[in-house]
Amino acid sequence: MIINRDNDRARVFNRRAAVLGGGQALMISALVGRMYFLQVVEADRYRMLAEENRINLRLLPPPRGRILDRFGEPLAVNRQNFRVLIVSEQTRDLQATLDALAEVIGLSEYERERVVKEVSRRRSFVPVTVRENLDWEEMVRIQVNAPDLPGVIVNEGLTRFYPQTETAAHVLGYVSSVDEEDLTGDPLLQLPGFRIGKQGMEREFDLVLRGSGGNSQVEVNALGRVIRELERKEAEAGTDLSLTLDERLQRFTAERLGAKSAASVVIDVHTGEVLVMASTPSFDPNVFNRGLTQREWNALSGDPRAPMTNKTISGQYSPGSTYKMVVALAALEHGAIGIDQTVFCRGYTDLGSRRFHCWEGLGHGNMDMVQSIAQSCDVYFYEVARRVGVDRIADMANRLGLGHSSGLGLAGERDGLIPTEAWKRATLGKSWQKGETFNTAIGQGYVLTTPIQLAVMAARLSTGLAVEPVITRQIMLDGAVVQRPPKAFASLAIDPTHLEVARRGMFEVLNGPRGTAHASKLKSKDTKMSGKTGTTQVRRITMAQRDAGLPKGDEIPWNERTHALFVAFAPDDNPRYALSVVVEHGGGGAAVAAPIARDIMTEVLRLDPSRKPRINEDQVAETAPSAPG
Amino acid sequence: MTDARFLAARLRRGDMTLPEKLWQISWSLVLWLCAIASIGFFMLYSAANANMDPWATRQLIRFGMGLTLMLSIAVIDIRLIMRYAYFLYAVVFALLIFVEVRGVVGGGAQRWIDLGVINLQPSELMKVALLLALARYFHSLSLEDTGRPTFLILPLVLVAVPTAFILRQPDLGTALMVIMGACVLFFMAGVRLWKFISLLVAALAAIPMLWRFLESYQKDRILTFINPERDPLGAGYHILQSKIALGSGGFFGKGFLQGTQSHLNFLPEQQTDFIFTMLAEELGLVGGAGLIGLYVIVLAYGFTIAIRCHHQFGRLVAIGVTTTFFLYVFINVAMVMGLIPVVGVPLPLISYGGTALLTIMICMGLLMSVHVHRDAQIGLRGGYDEG
Repeated sequence: MIINRDNDRARVFNRRAAVLGGGQALMISALVGRMYFLQVVEADRYRMLAEENRINLRLLPPPRGRILDRFGEPLAVNRQNFRVLIVSEQTRDLQATLDALAEVIGLSEYERERVVKEVSRRRSFVPVTVRENLDWEEMVRIQVNAPDLPGVIVNEGLTRFYPQTETAAHVLGYVSSVDEEDLTGDPLLQLPGFRIGKQGMEREFDLVLRGSGGNSQVEVNALGRVIRELERKEAEAGTDLSLTLDERLQRFTAERLGAKSAASVVIDVHTGEVLVMASTPSFDPNVFNRGLTQREWNALSGDPRAPMTNKTISGQYSPGSTYKMVVALAALEHGAIGIDQTVFCRGYTDLGSRRFHCWEGLGHGNMDMVQSIAQSCDVYFYEVARRVGVDRIADMANRLGLGHSSGLGLAGERDGLIPTEAWKRATLGKSWQKGETFNTAIGQGYVLTTPIQLAVMAARLSTGLAVEPVITRQIMLDGAVVQRPPKAFASLAIDPTHLEVARRGMFEVLNGPRGTAHASKLKSKDTKMSGKTGTTQVRRITMAQRDAGLPKGDEIPWNERTHALFVAFAPDDNPRYALSVVVEHGGGGAAVAAPIARDIMTEVLRLDPSRKPRINEDQVAETAPSAPG
Repeated sequence: MTDARFLAARLRRGDMTLPEKLWQISWSLVLWLCAIASIGFFMLYSAANANMDPWATRQLIRFGMGLTLMLSIAVIDIRLIMRYAYFLYAVVFALLIFVEVRGVVGGGAQRWIDLGVINLQPSELMKVALLLALARYFHSLSLEDTGRPTFLILPLVLVAVPTAFILRQPDLGTALMVIMGACVLFFMAGVRLWKFISLLVAALAAIPMLWRFLESYQKDRILTFINPERDPLGAGYHILQSKIALGSGGFFGKGFLQGTQSHLNFLPEQQTDFIFTMLAEELGLVGGAGLIGLYVIVLAYGFTIAIRCHHQFGRLVAIGVTTTFFLYVFINVAMVMGLIPVVGVPLPLISYGGTALLTIMICMGLLMSVHVHRDAQIGLRGGYDEG
């Protein structure tokens, strides 16, 4: 009975086992079919995907080209930078490790917060920078304490360093991290920690200095961890940029200007090379590389003395009496006055109901051109300007390099302003007033110039040539950097005798017994300097104030004090150097600007950079070990 | 008298001495199993980047122990197994409840009991215990009774209760395997087809309700399976990387130890659930299909043993363990090739892991025991006597 009963069950079982077996065979066939599809039909596609998975292209940042002064002295270099990084997966406890690290190098609450935040955003094996620019001692301390600092690594990279800190900050500019608007498609810019030039030379020549990135093909695992390197193309270092500045003179000038809000430019009148371009107060470009805190930025941008502004090209000042050579030459060239013709100065002159004062209230008496420049007689120039007219003065100003960009090619340069009758009609919609010509005659009113323009003016006066300033010894030509070819300057086409009169006047300013800056003549017996003072009002003095007696010196608030200016060239008999000095709200040109100019010129003549052999291109290349690592 | 009783017992078919039983063991099947396990050792060696540690050596030791266990089970009298089937079921069920309770107390989803050498996972053992319990139940049921719905209530309860616990752990993969294994047993025992169909309809109707009970990661996996592009870096990432690994292997593979996907960690769990992917990447279609071929041979043994068995209990046990074996292979391979959602089912004899190996070896032991005792006479409750 059991047998029978079991036979039934066995029959059903066998029948169904066949169905089950068939079903399983079918499913296994499906597996094999799928395998065939993946491994044979689609194999190429997946092979490609596997390679894409595996290979990762990494960019290698190029070392940035250096910036050197005319003698190869480094102004901007790359420095070994010790960075302390933390790899969270290697720490047993991130907080504990940070505590230990804080004891070794000291960490601010802010730094800790930033690290913790960044760690939480990245994969655990990605190193997070804790701090950059560690000094040697800190680095050693970390190394010594390494056993207590699991997951803490110190590595070295290159970072921009400006060994002269503030000295030439405005010319050099600075590098800083890449902003959204800087992205041009160059993949280098996407590298974390990459720096680009944001100001000055660093910015103008950024593409040259940047170099081109190399790359390294690495095999990575699924987490992006590098397993090994497959191929490597080294980065090409950026080209070194050689400036015309003389680092020692630049530093001397910056120190001489000190804490004043001032600017000074020194030019080689033969070549137009800018030897000094100093603007004070300055800033430390290294700070921008590191990244400023909000407070540091506020302090810089809120300072009324504008440390961030390169006043040599962006500061616009009324030239004051330094403009008188322009007026004089315009008058001579147009025959408005003879060289020996005199004008009587009784301390003022009247125009209708308005009275125009000479700075010498008692009057200068009879003035010829040389003496009027030497003693800076305002009344003489009111008269001369009245005769020659404002448009002719403007024409001469332009010829002497005022009122337009100097052509240095630095961003932020202002044009200044040389007013004409047409200009006033066009911009202010009013006709030119005679009184305005009087103001223009003494470099006040609408006239605005920059210190670089004033230095160029001095250079042009000294040579009679259209000197054009340059600041780099290389130029970009079809995307490549080449040595700047020497350039012969065109003549200004001003009668040499007329120029000689102007120069004579400038000579008397310092060396004549009645010259306004007699006290500031060079101490040397052989070499003489010629120059011109300027003192410009920054507010209008009303009649009532003049009657009440003008406040003196310290009684005036700083920002209402007059600007002190001085332009000069030397040696007087064979000019080689021209300079300008502007001290904002410094007081009088003779009292403040002239002594500074004398000191700078003395140093320039002492070092005499133009006579020294400059390093040539080969030496630049030789001294460019800019690619460590 | 004593002699006579002894003789009488000896005369019952299926009563054999140990050497006789050992002689009866299908040694060729043991060889095939060893062949598959050897491939596994090589793969574990490769998965550890050409290292015996941490996986290959330990797996070798475990396999040795498993082999001993398998052979020991093979010689245990099948009637003894049958008699203790319900008891075993009860013990395993108790263990299942034990980990559940401890999991609640411990605050985590710990599914195993640490035995030192291996971590015992009661849900794995439940597959075998349920199989035995159902086989015993259906053995004692005539074909007519099998057709009566009232007789199906008890086995359904036997399936449903542990499955609910396993689902709660939550371990969807194991629960599904338990259900599917049980379904096959019901089917092979002769339960009418229309009942399966109605059950299927009921199950489909229950899906929306069950959906609410799924953990979010389980929902994710199912949704990702339906649309792999849904989340290429999340849950879909593993399937995609697995397919890349497989596909890039091509016909002959990248060579032993040369798989880029697996050695660069693009493959998740290349020593356990995704080991087939690594094998197919390194050894290609040839290796993958070859391994599947070996599995088919084992399955063929299983079917043959089942059909040749002379008692319903043996038949059901044999087909049950064979089906379990099949499900392991199919679910794992189909999963790594992106045919079904990702569920944590290991590849038998290849994947690293103790519990799964233990289950497989017990299964194979049972299969061999069925083979050895294929001619045994078994009563309704596993005794010798009944008719």
